[in-house]
Amino acid sequence: MTMLLIVLLPFLAIGPVWFAARFSRNASFYVAATTTGLGLGLLASLVPEVMAGNVFVDSWPWIERIGLNIAFRMDGLAMLFCILILGIGLMVVIYAKFYLTEDDPIGPFYAMLMTFMGAMLGVVTSENLLLLAMFWELTSISSFLLIGYWRHLPAARQGARLALMITGSGGLFLLAGVLLLQEITGSLELSVVLASGPQILDHDLYWAALICVLMGAFTKSAQFPFHFWLPNAMTAPTPVSAYLHSATMVKAGVFLLARLHPAMSGSPEWFFLVTGAGLTTLAFAAYVALFKHDLKGLLAYSTISHLGIITACLGMSTKWATIAAVFHIMNHAAFKASLFMSAGIVDHECGTRDARLLSGLRHSMPITFGLATLGALAMGGAPFFNGFLSKEMFFKEAYTLSQAHPYWPDAEYWAWIFPVVATVGGLFSVAYSVRFIHDVFFGPEAHDLPKHPHDPPFGMWLPVAILVAVCVVVGVVPMYTAESFLYATASPVTGYDMPEALHLHWWHGLVPELYMTLVAIAAGIGVYTQWKKIAAIGDKLPTIVGKDFFESFIEMLIEGARALDRLVDNQSLQRYMAYTISFATLAGFMAYIEEGWQSGTGVQTPASLVSLVPVILLIAGAFMTDFFQRKRLVSLIFMSVVGLIVSLMFIYFSAPDLGLTQISVEVVTVLLLLLALFVLPQWNPVESGWLRRSRDILVAASAGIGVGALAWGVMTRQQQTIADYYLAESLPKGGGTNVVNVILVDFRGFDTMGEVSVLALASVGIIVMLTGKKPLYPNQVMPFPEERFPLMLTSVTRVLVPTALLVAFYIFMRGHNLPGGGFIAGLVAVVALAMQFVASGLDWTKGRFKLDLVRLSAIGVLLAVGTGLAAFVWGRPFLTSGMLHLHPPGIGEVHIASAMAFDTGVFLVVVGSLVLIIRRLSRYQQTMEVQDKAGGNE
Amino acid sequence: MTEPVFYHWMVAPVVIPLVAAMCCLLAGKSLLSVRRLLGLGGITASLAAAIYMFVMAWDGTIFTYGLGEWPMPYGIVFVLDRLSATMVLLTNVLALFAYLYGLSGDDEEGAFFHFLFLMQITGINGAFLTGDMFNLFVFFEILLLTAYVLAVYGGGADRLKGGMRYVFLNLIGSALFLIGVGVLYGITGTLNMADMAVKAAQVGPGDAMMLKAGAFLMMVVFSMKAAIFPLYFWLPKAYASVTAPVAAIYAIMTKVGVYALIRTTILIFGDDRGFVTGLLDDYLLPLALLTLVMGTIGVAAARSLRLMVAYMVIASVGTILVGVGLYTPDGLSGSLYYMVHSTLISAGLFLLADMILNERGGSKDRLEPGPVMPNIVLLGMTFMIAMIIAAGLPPMSGFLGKVFILSAAADTRWHELAWIVMLTGSFFTLVAAARAGSMLFWKTNTAPAGERTRAQRYLPVAGILLVLLLWVGFAGPISEHMDRTAAQAFETSNYIQAVMGGGQ
Repeated sequence: MTMLLIVLLPFLAIGPVWFAARFSRNASFYVAATTTGLGLGLLASLVPEVMAGNVFVDSWPWIERIGLNIAFRMDGLAMLFCILILGIGLMVVIYAKFYLTEDDPIGPFYAMLMTFMGAMLGVVTSENLLLLAMFWELTSISSFLLIGYWRHLPAARQGARLALMITGSGGLFLLAGVLLLQEITGSLELSVVLASGPQILDHDLYWAALICVLMGAFTKSAQFPFHFWLPNAMTAPTPVSAYLHSATMVKAGVFLLARLHPAMSGSPEWFFLVTGAGLTTLAFAAYVALFKHDLKGLLAYSTISHLGIITACLGMSTKWATIAAVFHIMNHAAFKASLFMSAGIVDHECGTRDARLLSGLRHSMPITFGLATLGALAMGGAPFFNGFLSKEMFFKEAYTLSQAHPYWPDAEYWAWIFPVVATVGGLFSVAYSVRFIHDVFFGPEAHDLPKHPHDPPFGMWLPVAILVAVCVVVGVVPMYTAESFLYATASPVTGYDMPEALHLHWWHGLVPELYMTLVAIAAGIGVYTQWKKIAAIGDKLPTIVGKDFFESFIEMLIEGARALDRLVDNQSLQRYMAYTISFATLAGFMAYIEEGWQSGTGVQTPASLVSLVPVILLIAGAFMTDFFQRKRLVSLIFMSVVGLIVSLMFIYFSAPDLGLTQISVEVVTVLLLLLALFVLPQWNPVESGWLRRSRDILVAASAGIGVGALAWGVMTRQQQTIADYYLAESLPKGGGTNVVNVILVDFRGFDTMGEVSVLALASVGIIVMLTGKKPLYPNQVMPFPEERFPLMLTSVTRVLVPTALLVAFYIFMRGHNLPGGGFIAGLVAVVALAMQFVASGLDWTKGRFKLDLVRLSAIGVLLAVGTGLAAFVWGRPFLTSGMLHLHPPGIGEVHIASAMAFDTGVFLVVVGSLVLIIRRLSRYQQTMEVQDKAGGNE
Repeated sequence: MTEPVFYHWMVAPVVIPLVAAMCCLLAGKSLLSVRRLLGLGGITASLAAAIYMFVMAWDGTIFTYGLGEWPMPYGIVFVLDRLSATMVLLTNVLALFAYLYGLSGDDEEGAFFHFLFLMQITGINGAFLTGDMFNLFVFFEILLLTAYVLAVYGGGADRLKGGMRYVFLNLIGSALFLIGVGVLYGITGTLNMADMAVKAAQVGPGDAMMLKAGAFLMMVVFSMKAAIFPLYFWLPKAYASVTAPVAAIYAIMTKVGVYALIRTTILIFGDDRGFVTGLLDDYLLPLALLTLVMGTIGVAAARSLRLMVAYMVIASVGTILVGVGLYTPDGLSGSLYYMVHSTLISAGLFLLADMILNERGGSKDRLEPGPVMPNIVLLGMTFMIAMIIAAGLPPMSGFLGKVFILSAAADTRWHELAWIVMLTGSFFTLVAAARAGSMLFWKTNTAPAGERTRAQRYLPVAGILLVLLLWVGFAGPISEHMDRTAAQAFETSNYIQAVMGGGQ
């Protein structure tokens, strides 16, 4: 529970610190400091037990199916990191209060810092590896926000993005690695994973898991070649650099290596990859650091270099190397945080942190000078400082390695490289440490600085002093201060395989590592005196700037994405249609490829000559429709021929009801299309070249052949279908002999209800689309005939209306038993009314036909739905049909089937919607006409 | 024989919004407040029904409801199992949030917003509930026609253009649907899905090709609705140009396609179905990965926020279908968890993009330096949280969903491929999200800003984010529910028994 609280506390403080900033900066600071202090207090309660070698694991189940538990583990390693995170965190919180100016919003800053603190505590205390990966990404996100804190600086934005991309992608690798470990060991719990070392090493997936985990660790800990995000992250406010980018977050990578050390080390892969990366990084970064003029840049590369030392130690993987790694983690955190804060003080007080401008500050800033010098001595590895001790251990191990190593049979020829690289790294480390102090604090006093330098307020140098004190005390009397602590913290990393005692001391006699140190110090000072000459050589060498490289890589990816996007998606509807139809055709042909062509075995009716003629006409009509596709009107006429012949065929095959439906639909459709053609250009210009047209022909033809083949396949088969039931039960159960109508209003009345809703929707759609719109091609539309309303047409149609409506009523009434019904009746009525628009014009008709058509459709749908709901009264399901037997006096018995009411609904919707659509299209036409006239007057 | 009990609430999610929609038409153009009340009432009542149905389906009972009381398989049937209950609930929750956002002004742009919105819900709810292939077509028509009209709602050349693509491509889809259903009916002689599953297993070798052709055509149709490569081109421009509440409700539309794919490929074209056994086992997952790749490329290439979110919808469909395409209960369960997440977060992002667009004045939602938004802190925070959720970063629902799918893919033949594509996709989404965020909120200029967002508009967005946070917090029990849901979906014999057994 305590562990959960330690992790949760900072998260809980996010809101309060932000909110408190509304009152005063101090309030926000106090909340942040108190939270951190409280965390330390809680941690302190666990320290004695952990020092005694106990391991605490607390677990709450969260998502069992993937083995994700909220589980925390407190052992020596976790404790070490918790102390770093909370201890240095407290220093940084204090320091930041003085560092940030009045213009910098402090609430969000502390809020983000708390987020980071919580996430980092989560990383180091997670018992569950997936939970660890989750906190891991959270540190990347909060680091992104903190680097971008000064959002007005372009470099800050870039640095933030860069850090997020590199560490974020590392997080994804880690996720994969963790899941692979789960696959290998069957568990995400560290207790299990740490105990399955041999099993992991022997597994086929070891390589993959190792690479993924190392990618996570190396990106986070800025190991070569992923180091370049760290210097660019230095645009963050200095407290952030001190905290995230030197003391804690970048240590998450080495933490991960240390954490998984017992489970994953012990293979040549581990040794070569980890040691290799570490050594490369430590030497390379130390070299680069010397030539950085920006103090924070220098410290950044120094950080990278020291992380390299830790990585190399973990890679060597011997007992003592591992202990050295852990020791160096804590030492580096202490001196580097103090140095960052010192650099921040210099920057804060002088207005610059360029080593070329700064000079002689020892006079104006004596306290800072003293503290920075002590810190730099620790960084350079001078005796009597903590940095010396761990570096000695590293040197010793590097030297030992050169004598013998199990993974390297020919060690005698190559192994000298370990101590040499280590010494070279140490040499540059000394050189840049000297430069850090000498350039800034010695020499003539600079006078052209942006600000007049002086020592900072007490609150700002106090954290530095505390950290420096730690460095010195540990350096001088390690056996009393650090030994037992190191023993407890290093034990989990070595897998509890520790030497009996550590015997930390700064004097071990005249041993090889001492000579290495002496060489490094002497040569380091020598190199410093010549650094400008060396820099001149370095400038001539070709350099690859990681950041630029990566930025252009990302730019390239984005541009590549755009190019590919344009290539696939050129915004052309024709192409989309080609894709779609081709894909569908391909899918259809897949069936053919997999199973081969299978024609049906049904008995085919021999074709009579009479039936052959219309078929030929139909085919001709279809061809003509395509052929005249550029002349829309002609094409439409041929299309109507096709429709007409289909209706005739229904009748020929004794399906009068279908024929009737088809022909009414045809008439109304053609009418609507004619109206629409009025507002469209009369013909299509040829827009596509022969290549694209051949493509289109190919696509259309293969799709057509495919559909034709399917139709043939279905029609040559006679399956038993549910239609048999409909035919049999139409009269007994549906109460009508017209099966089509019974299907429509009863068997599948629910479909019909849906379709009439679609019709009502369509009419509303027309209103929405045409309201307030202007025609797109006013100049290309069909010219109006001279004689708008021919007399003959006008007088005939007016007489026709009552007759047609009567016919509609007749068709409606007989619908349940003979061909007809609400749908067809509605269409007939529509045709009658539509003719009035055509013959007499919109105004005339509208004046005499004042129904609100939208409401009419709505009432129609509601009637259909209401019929369905009425069944509830009898306790039957929705749309169950029923009969009402009435005995009105004088007429006798009357059956009113509920289907009748339903059909009335259908009728109303058909009339309402279609007339509305026709009227709207006509009105749209009329607005054009008005425009034409207006245009003519100009 | 005992009288069967009819659970009339089964049709409530269809009938309630339909009646409310028609009443909106009756109310006419002038009575805005009446229409708003009808809309709110309709959606709330539908949501209540959905919640009730979800509770009823919780214990694993499969409810059927024969419309018109015709015996199976002759009549149309509604089927409620855990899967459809989950989808209906998701639809109505989303609808409420989107509608609330619409009430803050977008509904005044035309007289038919409320009507259309209600019809949209009618169509979607119906599509999730029906157990009949042709009835599914009918509900597809309702939801698509509504979507066409909503696409151009509010006017403007962009909307018309996007809307036209939507209409034309989906009309092809509808035609294919009819052809597909026609072929399947011609071979199996039935439209009822459960019955079709039974009949498909019995189809003889002489009809195998026809059956497969019909099945493949249906898959193309559903894939198109789900927006799978190469059939997603109707989506980006349309989604990026419509008004915010419409875009939000669109977020569920692709999931109708996904649902139809899940339902049919497991029930009708799943195990032991003769020649159509495991119809998409070899095809769906590669296509899903391709979709994920293309969607992510679109996300990276997008130059405006709404277009970026639209491509995120496509990428998320890819992710969902990776889980589905494994055809294991684990994979499906992960996909369902992810589907709810991705639907809600895309909707939330569309709403958020609208707020950002309005506050950025002339720069709109283009990913270029723009003015400092009046509400920059609050919007920035919300945007960041939403993007963390959407990009699949921990500890949010997108991350968990992806982990579910990743771990389901482990130990299958798709292991490496699926992992590499999904993780690389996550990386690019992360890059794009960081770029977009830093462009919109950090890289500012002095151009005049737009209007400050009304507090009312935050409500639905906050609601969506809250639901998603709960989605993480209760991920344990939720994922267990999804496990049960997936298991039930794979127990096709129970489904068939529930549908066919009751009526005979």
